[in-house]
Amino acid sequence: MSEKLDQLEAQSIYILREAYNKIEKLGMLWSIGKDSTALLWLVRKAFFGRIPFPMIQLETHQELPEVYEFRDWLRKEWNFELIIEDCPPEEDMDKTLPPATRAAARKTEGLKNFIDKTRHQGLILGIRRDEQSMRAKERVFSPRSFDGSWDYKDQPPELWDQYKTEFDDDTHVRIHPLLQWTELDIWEYTKRENIPCVPLYFARDGKRYRSLGEKNITFPVDSNASTIDEIIEELKTTRVTERSGRAMDNETEDSFERLRRSGYM
Amino acid sequence: MNKEQMNIVVVGHVDHGKSTLIGRLLYDTDSLPEGKYEELKAVSEKRNMPLEWSFVLDAFQAERDQAVTIDTTRIWFKTEKRDYVIIDAPGHREFLKNMISGAAAADAAVLVVDAAEGLKEQTRRHAYLLHLLGLKQIVVVVNKMDLVDHDAGRFNDVSNEVTEYLSGLGLSPMAIVPISARHGDGIASMSENMDWYEGQSLLKTLDRFVLQPRPVARPLRFPIQDVYKTEGERILVGRIEAGRLRVGDTLMFSPANRSATVTSIENWPEQDPPQVDARAGDIVGITLDQRIFVERGDIGSHVEKAPMLTNVFRANIFWLSDTALKEGKSYTLKLGTRSAKVRVQSIDHVVNTETLQHDKKTEIKRNDMAEITLRSREMLALDPYTENPSTGRCVLLDGFDTVGGGIIHMRGYPDQRNALPTGADNLYEVDHLLTAQERMNRNGHRGSVIWFTGLSGAGKSTLAMRVERALFTKGYQTYVLDGDNVRKGLNADLGFKPEDRAENIRRVGEVAALNADAGLVCLTAFISPYRADRTRARQTCKDGDFHEVYIKADVATCESRDPKGLYKKARTGEIPNFTGVSSPYEAPDKPELVVDTMKYSIEECVEQITDYVEKNIGLTQENTRDKIKAL
Repeated sequence: MSEKLDQLEAQSIYILREAYNKIEKLGMLWSIGKDSTALLWLVRKAFFGRIPFPMIQLETHQELPEVYEFRDWLRKEWNFELIIEDCPPEEDMDKTLPPATRAAARKTEGLKNFIDKTRHQGLILGIRRDEQSMRAKERVFSPRSFDGSWDYKDQPPELWDQYKTEFDDDTHVRIHPLLQWTELDIWEYTKRENIPCVPLYFARDGKRYRSLGEKNITFPVDSNASTIDEIIEELKTTRVTERSGRAMDNETEDSFERLRRSGYM
Repeated sequence: MNKEQMNIVVVGHVDHGKSTLIGRLLYDTDSLPEGKYEELKAVSEKRNMPLEWSFVLDAFQAERDQAVTIDTTRIWFKTEKRDYVIIDAPGHREFLKNMISGAAAADAAVLVVDAAEGLKEQTRRHAYLLHLLGLKQIVVVVNKMDLVDHDAGRFNDVSNEVTEYLSGLGLSPMAIVPISARHGDGIASMSENMDWYEGQSLLKTLDRFVLQPRPVARPLRFPIQDVYKTEGERILVGRIEAGRLRVGDTLMFSPANRSATVTSIENWPEQDPPQVDARAGDIVGITLDQRIFVERGDIGSHVEKAPMLTNVFRANIFWLSDTALKEGKSYTLKLGTRSAKVRVQSIDHVVNTETLQHDKKTEIKRNDMAEITLRSREMLALDPYTENPSTGRCVLLDGFDTVGGGIIHMRGYPDQRNALPTGADNLYEVDHLLTAQERMNRNGHRGSVIWFTGLSGAGKSTLAMRVERALFTKGYQTYVLDGDNVRKGLNADLGFKPEDRAENIRRVGEVAALNADAGLVCLTAFISPYRADRTRARQTCKDGDFHEVYIKADVATCESRDPKGLYKKARTGEIPNFTGVSSPYEAPDKPELVVDTMKYSIEECVEQITDYVEKNIGLTQENTRDKIKAL
């Protein structure tokens, strides 16, 4: 058993139980990708097999077919409540954003609409600090105003697992139980726990998806890793970034920053 | 397999080169993502600046524009030995809270000092915080050696300055390494520019740090995070903060002190064979053999090594709020999974981080470090930080916001666990055939306790003896309990540690109550510095039979009297734990009588007390007749 994975698992379960204890109306964003599916597994572990809050999928109708197939299969297999929230069309997005960023912004708006409607006080997300340098600055419990905006200049201190769990009425909190995990940790854990995932992560014809997003703005990368073990080996040596296949990250110096500040995941 | 991982925090004064160091560290360990170096070069060229390593970390455009780090960043790199997570903490004064978040999560620290500038305000403040947060593994880098011509003399001056300051905090660095982060000198290897330096590079020094093992050898601490009810079962969940827990162990849950035996450790998916033990760091769910009431915030422990119980403790804190902390203000305390209201009883001192001296102040301002005494209404289970760090540190909230935090110690305060009834269930009181009324009629007064409290030298013993004589002359049945007649016999086994002092007062309280029950007017003359102890003595007596008399004189007055030369000895340290000097005195909140010995003569004070006794206890007074009838 890996001491490091044990510690990461323990930390994530602790965070999930804090969220469940402290926040009345709680939900979790499930993107159907490897991170949030591993997180969903951790939810089952934390609550002894139950999934005590709904999963929320922000629907753009732009996911790859394999993704939808996996979604419907896992939902039946693990038996949980899934809320599918339709995102507004791309024409409605901020015209000053570069094209791929604009496409990604649909999820930001979909999320805002969802929170406006349901007034969820807490949303659990499977983001990790090593994915992107802006996410490296996130807190585990990250307060947002209800329009989703993130004041990164004035974040609450997090000391000794004492998280900010009480808020004014016009605030909601994003909870990030996987913040400390790396991409490699996720795959090693997925292997150890035998967690299912979308087959697109495995290489076919010299290409695989390292990160799954909408089909119009996400591209596979060169790879021959066709099993989990091969992915793990690949990650130990690669210096290609995980999100290099995500068009919106690479458009301008600040496109991801603009997305994040206005409430992107 | 994943290698072990160590968290490193990089701290130091603004512009001393923390982010540059980290950027270069990533480059030297080949940890930059593909294309990052080229991107860095391009951005630097576009902005017409020399290559800026810190851009590796600065995620926000604002950070790149202002070339300052705004928030804590995490970044990964690896050496042959292990994986590292670097926490880059901003050096600005206003960003101290970010630095604390980073440092609280770190296993070791790199303190960056500019070779030309030497120690600055934030260098000292950050070093003090590392000390306060209990971080012991520290490496100092003296950066920008290229700007002082790689001069060994300058390096030695800065080294001496740092060493002196750190030793004042009880810290000694693993090494002090001369580096030039911008040029990569001293990070992975040393160049001939500093061939006079005989030590190892920064990376090699980092690899000499060790990961702290899980605290399995400490007493078990299992703070309850939540209680889940599933299919008729009740599962207590939480993280074991220290020690070990096994199925079959009897656990006691503090502060309520209810006990039950662990019947299982629950897991999903079910384990085969089932888990039977768990250790510090593990997240567990357990079931018990009895349905005792346990809730979030309770701490499970073994019976014989339970946490301390107290409603008053001291904390060394850092303060983060714009609104100053003041005596008398209330905050929410978070300690493990427990939340409780606390009031600031006193600000004991504020630390001057420049000189490490203790200043006496009436408020604690943002970014100050200080020692305070906190009091809660409810009983709290906790440990001094040095004994069990995870149950010995706390965070303070004002409204919804974290405004401070720190570590707990109990210097001068006793464990109040001893004060709780020990559950001697097999005792049955035999009723007296003689009633209180009969005794009163015979004696002419109610049996009572007149409890004197005040500093040493305030006049308690002198007044007690005189009042005893005066009352005796008036026909009262009376007796004085004081240090000498109790310490020599009944309490000969007790010393002067806080626990012993509390036990001393507990016994005196019991004996005084028995005396009162026997019909005497029992006068006690003990410093009895803790409110909790006096409250307990009051509760030992029948309602209305306990009279607290505050013999009032301040420390300066008592010290000038110093009849036994004790203050002098306390000041030189010859007597430790001396009330008013090195141990706290908690003046009464609402005493029945205050006798001010600074204002009145001994005769006047004796008269005030005997008047009070006659009025409230004596049978000659109308009001007490009524009381007796009502009995």
